[in-house]
Amino acid sequence: MIRLVARDLMLAVRAGGGFGLGVAFFLIVVTLVPFAMGPDTTRLSVIAPGVLWLGALLACLLSLDRMFALDFEDGTLDLLATAPIPLEGVVAAKALAHWLTTGLPLTLVAPMLAVLLNLPAQGFTWLVVSLALGTPALSMIGAFGAALTVGLKRGGLLLSLLVLPLYVPTLIFGAEVARRGAEGMMVSTPLALLAGVSGSVLALLPFAAAGALRVNLR
Amino acid sequence: MSLWEYANPARFMVLSARIVPVSGGLAALCLVVGLVWGFFLTPDDYRQGSTVKIIYLHVPAAMLAINAWVMMLVASLIWLIRRHHVSALAARAAGPVGIVMTLIALVTGAFWGQPMWGTWWAWDPRLTSFLILFLFYLGYIALWAAIEDPDTAADLTSILCLVGSVFAVLSRYAVNFWNQGLHQGASLSLDKEKNVADVFYFPLLVCIAGFVLLFVTLVLVRTQTEIRARRLHALNLRARMG
Repeated sequence: MIRLVARDLMLAVRAGGGFGLGVAFFLIVVTLVPFAMGPDTTRLSVIAPGVLWLGALLACLLSLDRMFALDFEDGTLDLLATAPIPLEGVVAAKALAHWLTTGLPLTLVAPMLAVLLNLPAQGFTWLVVSLALGTPALSMIGAFGAALTVGLKRGGLLLSLLVLPLYVPTLIFGAEVARRGAEGMMVSTPLALLAGVSGSVLALLPFAAAGALRVNLR
Repeated sequence: MSLWEYANPARFMVLSARIVPVSGGLAALCLVVGLVWGFFLTPDDYRQGSTVKIIYLHVPAAMLAINAWVMMLVASLIWLIRRHHVSALAARAAGPVGIVMTLIALVTGAFWGQPMWGTWWAWDPRLTSFLILFLFYLGYIALWAAIEDPDTAADLTSILCLVGSVFAVLSRYAVNFWNQGLHQGASLSLDKEKNVADVFYFPLLVCIAGFVLLFVTLVLVRTQTEIRARRLHALNLRARMG
């Protein structure tokens, strides 16, 4: 499984496009927000946590359709399905690789982009914490969506339609942590709920995603 | 004699052909009686005026919007566990009916909210979770439409329905946490005293019965259509082979 993660990381770095694309997209979204909302810094600082969360979520969505598609086309996925590791493990490894190439970089650049949106100083820690806790869940839910649509020729748009409603709880709790953090309020309740959502998603969805993959490989 | 005998499509067709005229007729009767009684023969509410009468469409539609999803969940489970094709097709048939019910509940709610709350839409937990439910229905129907192989489609949509149910419930409570409500409590509940006065209550019950019967009829008819379409497809294939 570690080999698989390493292989996916290597492919993402060497094939180009996948690795930096999410971060670039995130940067562009954040740059566009002041154009749409006006350059008023007090208003920007109010919406900053929500915009950063939404931008990260959309950037996560961007690279999902390639998570299994390439391996499905060239038959690698068939080999992985017959390999001695369970398919659930393959899914988890794929989701981890996706998180390492998108979720983690997004979390790391979020504070820099937060400066652009004038996020209050006390909000930085909680923004990073909430993204670090929430983005793994986004990757895992995305892996489930990608597993459902892997057999389809044009699954990209359908994938967004399936995955975005599933992102609702994660987004609500994650953005709430970031917002409360920025306003200097207690964050423990939404933080615990966010951790609960992430934990249960990571524990349970590999099984659903592996089930969907098995159907698609039949 | 058990319920599972009707997993046989031929038996199902015979039985549903017998049920549909009865349930359809009763649905029409209940809806006509309930709506006429509700719209024309009940007094206006002392605060809400005549807008209270939208309850006869709003509450039954909202109930069925949720229960249609529950029915899809049960049918999906039966398909995944016992592989009865009729069950998968019934789940498929219920999807569009459920989404229309969701839409009716949302639209009638907006019509009621405009004069009463002074707004067409508020980001209230109930309203928001219905909008999310609408999105779940959209995804479910779109996935059915996108996959060509019927068994693969049935499997994948069933998995989506299972996972979606968990997330729908989760979203319901997440949304509760996220914003305080404007919407009143449940109109009907089994464990509490009645929340609706008798004059409105009895026509409402008739309307709910009418909506449930309408739902049963529509799902049965749509399932029959799916079965016939599947047979037609099989006959076409056979003709091409021979």
